[in-house]
Amino acid sequence: MIITEHAYLRSDGRKGIRNHLVVAYLVECAHHVAREIVYPYRESGVELIGFGGCYPNAYAAKMMQQLCTHPNVGGVLLLSLGCESFKRTELADAVAASGRPVETLVIQQSGGTRKTIEQGRALVQQLLARIADVPRAPLEMREFIVGTICGGSDATSGITANPGVGRAFDRLVREGASAIFEETSELIGCEAIMAERAVTPELGALLGTAVAKAAAYHRVLGHGSFATGNAEGGLTTQEEKSMGAYAKSGASRISGLLKPGDVPPAGGLYLLDVVPDGEVRFGFPNINDNAEIAELIACGSHVILFTTGRGSVVGSAISPVIKVCANPETYRRMSDDMDVDAGKILEGRGTLDSVGGEIFDLSLAVARGEKSKSEALMHQEFVLTYKTFEPIGPSCLPRV
Amino acid sequence: MSDSKLLRLDPLDNVLVTIQTLEAGDRVIIEGRQITVPQRLTLGHKLAARDIRTGEKILKYHMPIGSATRDITAGEHVHVHNMKSDYIDTVEMLARHSLGRSP
Repeated sequence: MIITEHAYLRSDGRKGIRNHLVVAYLVECAHHVAREIVYPYRESGVELIGFGGCYPNAYAAKMMQQLCTHPNVGGVLLLSLGCESFKRTELADAVAASGRPVETLVIQQSGGTRKTIEQGRALVQQLLARIADVPRAPLEMREFIVGTICGGSDATSGITANPGVGRAFDRLVREGASAIFEETSELIGCEAIMAERAVTPELGALLGTAVAKAAAYHRVLGHGSFATGNAEGGLTTQEEKSMGAYAKSGASRISGLLKPGDVPPAGGLYLLDVVPDGEVRFGFPNINDNAEIAELIACGSHVILFTTGRGSVVGSAISPVIKVCANPETYRRMSDDMDVDAGKILEGRGTLDSVGGEIFDLSLAVARGEKSKSEALMHQEFVLTYKTFEPIGPSCLPRV
Repeated sequence: MSDSKLLRLDPLDNVLVTIQTLEAGDRVIIEGRQITVPQRLTLGHKLAARDIRTGEKILKYHMPIGSATRDITAGEHVHVHNMKSDYIDTVEMLARHSLGRSP
C-alpha cells in the first residue's frame, strides 16, 4: 500500500514525510545563538535540536548523527562554540555523506553572538533554497515507521488510549509498517507474556533481559513502580499496571529489540530498549517524555503516537507527535492540543476498534502532510542527555 | 450483554472495568444478571464478568494480571482481597521460559 506519492526521497533511499532544516547546537554554550537563528524561520520548517553536554559521549554522537540524517530532515546547520569536545567535523562529514547539504558555524571563529546569528540566518536562507526541490517518491507502508509513548497517564490511559494505540499498531504491522514501543521500566511484570510474543526464543530471552535491566536500574535509583495510589485507582497487581502501558504494543508478534538510533531493518513490531547498559552512571534513564521521543525518532520514526490521560502538550522537533487523549474530560478541557478523543469509549461514543481505526487513519493523514495539533502549535521540544549502550547482538533483529 | 458503565477490554476477559464511578447500591447488568454494587468504586476498578474459581487466571486485555485467591462470583469486585500477583522474578522467568520451550 502506498501512503503518499509525495514523500521526500533522500540519497540513501530512505523517505521522509517532512522536509525540515535542522539547526543543531553541539554544546549548551551554542544553544542561544542556534535558537536566535531558528526563530524567524520556525514556521518555514526550521527546527532546533542539540546536545548540551561538553564532555564527549558515544551515545549522544550516534543520536545526533541519526537525527541529522533522519528521513524527515533535508539539510543541517551545525552550531559549535569552538572549544567543546563534540566531534563536529565527524558529524558534518556523516551528514554530507548522506547527500544532505550541511554547514557549520563556529561562534569563536565567526566573531561572537551577533555576527554568528547574522551568518546563521543567511545560511538558513541558502539551505532552505537548496532543499526546496528534493525529489519526491511514493512512501510505501513497509517504509513507514511509527513510535509510541505515554505520558501524563491516569486511570483512563490503560483502558482507552493505550489499547486504542495497540489496535492501530496491529493494523500498521499487519499492513507491513514498523511499529516501535518502549518504556521497559513500565513493562515490569509483562516479561513472560512479552517473551512469548517474540519471533524467536533467543529474542524472547533478550526482551526479558531488557526489562530486568530496567528493574535493576530503578532499584538503584530508588523508584518503585507500584504505589498505593495505583491500588486506589483499581489496579491490583504490578503486572496489571504494566499491562496498561504494554497495551500500546497491541497483539502482533515482536520482531526485534532496538537500542536508540537503530533503525528497524524490515516491517514489524519492535521494542526499543531505552535503559543504558552497564552500571548506573548518568542518573535516570530518561529525564522526561521528550528524551524518549527523541530516541524513537532516532530509530527512524516518521510519526509519534503519544497517549495521555492528564493532558501532556508536548510535540517534538523532526517528527510530528499525535496526541491520543485517554480521558474525555481532559479532551474537552484541552481539545486544542489533542488529536484523538480516545476517552469517548468511556462515554459510549466509540469502541476500542473505532478509536484504533481513527488513530491509524490520522497517522496516515499526518504522513500525507496534515499537521498534528502539537505540530501546528509549533511545539518542538527536544532533550538529549548522557547514556552508555553496548551495540545490539545478532539475535535482536530479524533476518532480512 | 453487559452494562454501559462497564468496559470489556477483550471478549475473553473474565473481568469488566468500571468506566464511571459506581456508588454503593447502584445496579449494573452483568451477563444478563442484575448485580447490586456493594461499595463505591471509582473508574478503573474490576468486576468479575463470570464466576471465577480459586487459582484461575484473571484475564484483562486477554492477558493474565494475576490469579484468584478464592472463588469469586460474577459481579463481585475483583481486587487485592480476592486476587494476587503471579509476577515472578525475571531470572526465574527466563529459566522457566527456556525449560518450557522445546527447541
